[in-house]
Amino acid sequence: MKEGSMDEILEILANDARITADEIAKLTGKSKEAVKKAIKHLEGNGTIVKYKTVINPDMMETGKARVRALIEVGVSPQKNVGFDNVAERMYSFPEVTSCYLVSGTYDLLLVVEGDDIQTVSNFIASKLSPMEHVRSTSTHFLLKKYKEDGQVLKKGRNKKRLNISY
Amino acid sequence: MDHKISKIVEQMAPSGIRAFFDLVLGMKDVISLGVGEPDFVTPWHIREAALHSIEEGYTSYTSNKGMPELRKDIVHFLEHRYGMKYDWNEEVLITVGVSEGLDLVMRAILNPGDKVLVPEPAYVSYVPTVQLAGGEAIILKTSIENNFKLTAKQIDGAITKGVRALMINYPCNPTGASYTRKELLEIARVVKKHGILIISDEVYDELTYDFDHTPLASLPGMKDHVIYFNGFSKSYAMTGFRIGYACGPAKILGAMTKIHQYTMLCASITGQIAASEALRHGAKSVEEMKREYKRRRRFIVDALNGIGLDCHMPEGAFYVFPSIKKTGQKSMEFATGLLNKKKVALVPGIAFGPSCEGYVRISYASSYENLKEAIARIKSYLG
Repeated sequence: MKEGSMDEILEILANDARITADEIAKLTGKSKEAVKKAIKHLEGNGTIVKYKTVINPDMMETGKARVRALIEVGVSPQKNVGFDNVAERMYSFPEVTSCYLVSGTYDLLLVVEGDDIQTVSNFIASKLSPMEHVRSTSTHFLLKKYKEDGQVLKKGRNKKRLNISY
Repeated sequence: MDHKISKIVEQMAPSGIRAFFDLVLGMKDVISLGVGEPDFVTPWHIREAALHSIEEGYTSYTSNKGMPELRKDIVHFLEHRYGMKYDWNEEVLITVGVSEGLDLVMRAILNPGDKVLVPEPAYVSYVPTVQLAGGEAIILKTSIENNFKLTAKQIDGAITKGVRALMINYPCNPTGASYTRKELLEIARVVKKHGILIISDEVYDELTYDFDHTPLASLPGMKDHVIYFNGFSKSYAMTGFRIGYACGPAKILGAMTKIHQYTMLCASITGQIAASEALRHGAKSVEEMKREYKRRRRFIVDALNGIGLDCHMPEGAFYVFPSIKKTGQKSMEFATGLLNKKKVALVPGIAFGPSCEGYVRISYASSYENLKEAIARIKSYLG
């Protein structure tokens, strides 16, 4: 498959993970088999990591919405491995949903999720802060999600286009 | 009192389609394939630039010809994109959409009885603007056998005494047909031989899928023979901003500007500022929209042929023009039936000229989900 074709398949899947290989074939003009093969290849080599659903927790039934916090962690780097060991110790906790090494006034940026504020606070206090090489933590609880992964979470406004025009 | 209407207006073909349009507009929950504008909202960076300009107090008139910054941006863009060279002050005019520009050019060049060659099917305003300017439209029919394209030979045969100009639009609304460089070179040769003008509406230029768009004015020796029209509505999803532009020989542009300054004064300043932003930073959004349209085009052409409606693969725009002749229905009957029974709206071919009976215009400027559902409904309507 030509270079660029793979990108096009990824562009389509990134927008709708549930679209079938058959439909992608119709949209791109490739054979169904070629699309299936390409997707298998992309899954196999780790380009496609996972198929996920974007959920707006504000719309979930009461009590289901989870608490999320961004945590800035200052870390003293270790010889030879830098931040990698500490990062691994942290992201291996299932409570940590994202973990990034960043430039600036702190080192690791974590996203931590829990059922309520208490759970998240306990996790930070008992697991993260006391960890060896951690110099500091600064926690920001998320108050509202406006946009996530390129998707605005607010329900779209009514369309304004006329239904027919030249 | 007895309200008298101008003879020209009275004799203009009434839009027989108006009643159908009203029916569509009055109906709820319609899946519409009848829309002549992008289904994308104007990219945010363009909307943001417009908002900012209002906050900064840019709320005045502009120069009649349009803001110098925008005219310079256009000249720069055309040179960079197509190698066309225009003088920003003498050869460019900012108009309220291409629609205004077409009206201006007809009024600027036509004397009573002068003739303009107009293809059919064509955008609905071409014939009326010729007539309003006192001219006469000579119809050049195109058909599905020729992929709805004019040929140099056909144009050559139609140029008689009194023909001042050829109107052309590519990619075409309603058929999506466009022309390759080779086809345009042939048309250019004929037109040049007869010494008539080409009025070229290239507002869908960015939506050309199978080859690079070539402006007629960019062909060797053609600049003096072409009035080039483009705008921001289709490429940048900016229909509501109403900004178009015309480029061409200074004498004709000057005449157009004369009319424009008395009738329109200037295009909206907010729209002009937004247009500059589009030209400077909009290329990426254009590419993204184009890729999406191209996928939908493939889907809709295959799907229509799959349910038995003959449909050619258009080279550009976001329209397909399938034949409904197999149904035995007239295009208006087909469109009305489909709307009432299945709540799918499209435009009957007859709207684009009498020779377009037996066709409908389908716009694929609609989400893939909508297109899928619409095809299912058309299929069930066909029975």
